[in-house]
Amino acid sequence: MEKILSRPKALKDNPLSYCPGCGHGIIHRLIAESIDELGIREKTIAVAPVGCAVFAYDYFNFDTTEAPHGRPPAVATGIKRTNPDKIVFTYQGDGDLAAIGTAETIHCANRGENITVIFVNNANYGMTGGQMAPTTLIGQVTETTPFGRDPLREGYPIKVSELLANLQGTKYIERVTVFNAPHIIKAKKAIKKAFQNQVEGKGYSFIEVISHCPVDWGKTPLESVKWVEDVFLKTFPLGVIKDETK
Amino acid sequence: MSKHLIKGNIALCEGAITAGLSAYFGYPITPQNEVPAYMSNKMVKMGRVFIQAESELSAANMVMGAYATGKRAMTSSSSPGISLKQEAISYLAGMEVPGVIVNVQRGGPGLGNISGSQSDYFQATKGGGHGDYHTIVFAPNSAQEMYEMAYDSFDIAEKYRTPVMILSDGIIGQMMEPVEFNRQEKKEFEKKSWALDGCAGREPRSLQSLLMKDGALEQHNIDLQKKYEEIKKNEVKYDIYEAEDAEIIIVAYGISSRIAKNALKLARQQGIKAGMIRPKTLWPFPYEIINKHAGQGVKFLTVELSMGQMVEDVKLAVNGKSPVEFIGRAGGGVITVQAVLNKITELKK
Repeated sequence: MEKILSRPKALKDNPLSYCPGCGHGIIHRLIAESIDELGIREKTIAVAPVGCAVFAYDYFNFDTTEAPHGRPPAVATGIKRTNPDKIVFTYQGDGDLAAIGTAETIHCANRGENITVIFVNNANYGMTGGQMAPTTLIGQVTETTPFGRDPLREGYPIKVSELLANLQGTKYIERVTVFNAPHIIKAKKAIKKAFQNQVEGKGYSFIEVISHCPVDWGKTPLESVKWVEDVFLKTFPLGVIKDETK
Repeated sequence: MSKHLIKGNIALCEGAITAGLSAYFGYPITPQNEVPAYMSNKMVKMGRVFIQAESELSAANMVMGAYATGKRAMTSSSSPGISLKQEAISYLAGMEVPGVIVNVQRGGPGLGNISGSQSDYFQATKGGGHGDYHTIVFAPNSAQEMYEMAYDSFDIAEKYRTPVMILSDGIIGQMMEPVEFNRQEKKEFEKKSWALDGCAGREPRSLQSLLMKDGALEQHNIDLQKKYEEIKKNEVKYDIYEAEDAEIIIVAYGISSRIAKNALKLARQQGIKAGMIRPKTLWPFPYEIINKHAGQGVKFLTVELSMGQMVEDVKLAVNGKSPVEFIGRAGGGVITVQAVLNKITELKK
């Protein structure tokens, strides 16, 4: 019998610590597959965030460093500028990237660093138990918005992809999701392209992945998938937001 | 060897560049602005990396990124900016990644002012960021030492895989003095067993301070302390000046030691046997040599441009064997030679 699908080489054979039904495992796999297919595993250096993906070095089978909360774009800049031959990416959640690391995110993008950023937007701080994130939807109940996010009190969800698209330094920005197979296939294509861009020296690529977080959303995995489709994507529509790589 | 008349801040740049600096990451703040300005020119011309970061936080984290791959990297700032760098310094210590951080101190607390000061001694030597760690701290007292200590700090940082701070001040940084470029240009760098340089032909590496497994973080702390003990054993540096027969021994570092030295020379002319021990490393601190000189009627005088910080370590070193007096000024005030001399005369009585 022919084996047509197996664990990507770029993923370690370790059990993931993510909650049941979480989207991170899928996204990890898409990154690993892309890296394998591009043949860049041995020259990839990843920057892990503080948040749910903080243990990324236990899962990715290539060199990985930690960074303080929100600082992965600065750490990645230091790596890439001194090692332009390496493939450098950050993997960050919405709290890390769009709250505490806003300055690092914007300025790294604005400098047009030739790196890849994988931004996992699940509309809450998952690791710490589901507090309001900058991307939490209006009306969404979280641990710190028990009455639902009220724009008068908590402001509005930040659309980081659209924000970064305004900067001249960014070259490729796409928002994808991973709640069903067709979307996973599209997400894979976007992630691979974001790495391919870096290999070709095309500049800063940013993939926002709308992900599901059933445990912290207080939903079953099926309910959370439905919520992504019916609610989450209404505020964060999918698609290519910017592509200047052609 | 010919000498170059340059500011301390420029001497620092030259020392770091000669040591093979790959990348400098800075942010404007007085009185260290000569450093990013000089680096933005020379590093770029040499084909090396210069970035003016969006913040002190980012600059320090860029150092972390570059040094995580084993490339020599440095950032500089002055007091308020150094507070922001403490996050990265704590991570560097925990992750065991080297780094060189320069503090050209100014008056504090808060935004303070832009005059030279020595009020960040506690921050530099007692931790600064969170967690049980130490930063190796060099205290240059001349433009020449800015050059030499900048050069040497990279080797030490890499030897122990730990951040090194150069604790200068606005006066040493701004002062022009003749500097001899007495170090060889470093071009060969040994391969580092811990650096992230791509996992070709080896298992992937990770650099992390997060250790969640039962007991792992405690063991890491025990290992770090062993390393710090090793540093204390090997890396204490100080200068000693006319202390053998001295009845009054001044302890001063950086710019204060220059002022104090003039005062003790005048005291000697008046027949007062004064000497000085000048720590060149503030951590590890030269406790032993100070203790050795304590007792037998010797009095100690600590001179600082602060309200009294290093004096606590001098007291620990003396351990009750001698009285320890302090004289200092803070907030950009500079102590005069006369004021130190008066204090020496008073102690003699």
